[in-house]
Amino acid sequence: MTVMDLSAQNVPVARGIAETDVTTKMTARHVNVFYGTKQAIKDVSIDITRENVTAFIGPSGCGKSTFLRCLNRMNDTVDSARVEGEIKLDGTDIYTGDMDVVQLRARVGMVFQKPNPFPKSIYDNVAYGPSIHGLASSKADMDSIVEGSLRRAGLWDEVKDRLTESGTALSGGQQQRLCIARAIAVDPEVILMDEPCSALDPIATARIEELIDELRGRYAIVIVTHNMQQAARVSQRTAFFHLGTMVEYGNTSDIFTNPVEQRTRDYITGRYG
Amino acid sequence: MNSAQVASRPPTDWASPKMRTRIARRYRSESIFRNLGLFALVLAASFLAFLLFTVVRDGWQGFLSTDVKISITYDPAVLGIDPAATKGPNAQAALQAGDFQAVMAAGVAKLGDEADTVSEGAWLVLRKQLMEDPALLGKTVSVWVPAKSTIDLLAKGKFDLSKPELERGVSDADVAHFNDLKKAGLLRTGFSRIFITGADSTSPELAGIWGATVGSLLTLFVTLSLAFPVGVLSAIYLEEFAKRNRWTDLIEVSINNLAAVPSIIYGLLGLAVFLNFLDMPRSAPVVGGLTLALMTFPVIVIAGRVAIKSVPPSIRDAALGIGASKVQVVFQHVLPLALPGILTGTIIGMARALGETAPLLMIGMRAFVSDTPVGLTSPATALPVQVFLWSDDVARGFVEKTSAAIMVLLVFLLLMNSLAIYLRNKYERRW
Repeated sequence: MTVMDLSAQNVPVARGIAETDVTTKMTARHVNVFYGTKQAIKDVSIDITRENVTAFIGPSGCGKSTFLRCLNRMNDTVDSARVEGEIKLDGTDIYTGDMDVVQLRARVGMVFQKPNPFPKSIYDNVAYGPSIHGLASSKADMDSIVEGSLRRAGLWDEVKDRLTESGTALSGGQQQRLCIARAIAVDPEVILMDEPCSALDPIATARIEELIDELRGRYAIVIVTHNMQQAARVSQRTAFFHLGTMVEYGNTSDIFTNPVEQRTRDYITGRYG
Repeated sequence: MNSAQVASRPPTDWASPKMRTRIARRYRSESIFRNLGLFALVLAASFLAFLLFTVVRDGWQGFLSTDVKISITYDPAVLGIDPAATKGPNAQAALQAGDFQAVMAAGVAKLGDEADTVSEGAWLVLRKQLMEDPALLGKTVSVWVPAKSTIDLLAKGKFDLSKPELERGVSDADVAHFNDLKKAGLLRTGFSRIFITGADSTSPELAGIWGATVGSLLTLFVTLSLAFPVGVLSAIYLEEFAKRNRWTDLIEVSINNLAAVPSIIYGLLGLAVFLNFLDMPRSAPVVGGLTLALMTFPVIVIAGRVAIKSVPPSIRDAALGIGASKVQVVFQHVLPLALPGILTGTIIGMARALGETAPLLMIGMRAFVSDTPVGLTSPATALPVQVFLWSDDVARGFVEKTSAAIMVLLVFLLLMNSLAIYLRNKYERRW
């Protein structure tokens, strides 16, 4: 078996995937992230495709969340953070002046670890994004966007009679689906999910995982998880991060059944992490 | 070897005398601490109760005043008013120009020996009555006019009449006059409109609190309209936009220190900057308001920063994550959530400004102002300064006026603090 050293390669290629049947949505090349003088991400290059759910796995502190937050420039909010390298969305570098960060975050939505609905009504939670980006031309238009988003997030039937109630009054799993509805209401192209189920119980987790599967294909989805079973269940591609480097990236089935790297194999089999 | 040592440790005897003493000691120290805490609380509460009790005891009669009934003839000749002029367009001016002091003197003279019982300023009541009802001109009517302060105090039983004349602070003659008037039914003690609607006066029976109240409200208006926007914007900038570096640290330390600067220093600053350098009017609410704004501003900044900091970062992430700009995040999410805290801090800062005396003394608001202020630049005084002025006055009648003024001030403070608590409870959010 040939062992590929991805970090040395200019163009990373996920193993075993015919490049013709997928569309590359985002590309990262030689990305380095520093917090002050500490390097959190070392030379990561990856392609994110629209048709697949991409999972980032790895032990705590390996940089998977940091890298995820580079993809919609949420790291900008950290004063000491510095990003080097090149990240492109549809071929446009997101860190250059051509890309407006506000528009970028509308196109690359994010769902956070802890459900964080606004302390506003369910309706206003979903309507906020479309209203600030001017996506709805009328009240009726907005109503249909809100309903459509809630339906796609699988929450409509549970909340359709209480849209004016506060979003914070929902259960944890419902809140997280509300956050997903809020993200898809602005019709993003990519959705980044940062351990979206870590604060949820197993039933709510299962519901979110089903939802991710339903959303696949329409949005490019990147999910960070420390739950390997979850990565195996919901993703088609998996990237394994360790100590700030991306060790291995490929088809989920390959990563979990036949990893190339020793470190990946050790992590998968539970030797560390 | 290690495991051998661990194994050889004897089992703990939870019922040994040593163990029991330790437990007893623990309970004892707990009960001592609880009793100390309770004692401190009772002590604090009794101080407060004592304060309120003495103020109310001394002050409630300040809202009352004693009137003397006299018979007044509105003789146009004595008044010096041409009856024809009262029909014309300048009727009010003509009436106002009348010599009411002469009419008053004539009326009071009828009381004979008891003439010295009526307040010097009582003619103002006559002028008001005639201007409201010009038909009284030429007629003789019975009028209740304010008694002089000594009679008022006698009516309220403020003197110990069993003491010798020199020690009780009231002459035998006044006591005799008071008894005569009382027997004749010419005295009545009731709610004092003068105190509620009037301004300062050199005579206690004519002094009112309204002038100082208006002065305080005008001053606070200036303070609020300056300190609130400046304070909130500073807090937002420091908390949400400024980068953490040595300069922001320096500003933070300075603002915290400003909040601790003694208020008289602000008075000196106001005197130097607003009066001497900018040449603004003395004793004016606008200057008082500016000075108090300097003092209130750091309080609002500190309260605002705490309130903004307590908004969870997840809300900012959520808004940023769907593409809200920084300004949208701040004004549509952070500020509404922080506003109850900011308002609470502001109201508490304003309450402090309302009770502040020293800086106002420095900028001349301790002047004797006998008119209710009508604008931001007219001479005015403020409630706490009025308390200070009256407490300093030698006239015996001002003792109860001082306490009554304190009661008015406390009512305003209580209202503001209740509003702060109400706002905090109503809009407090839990995440």
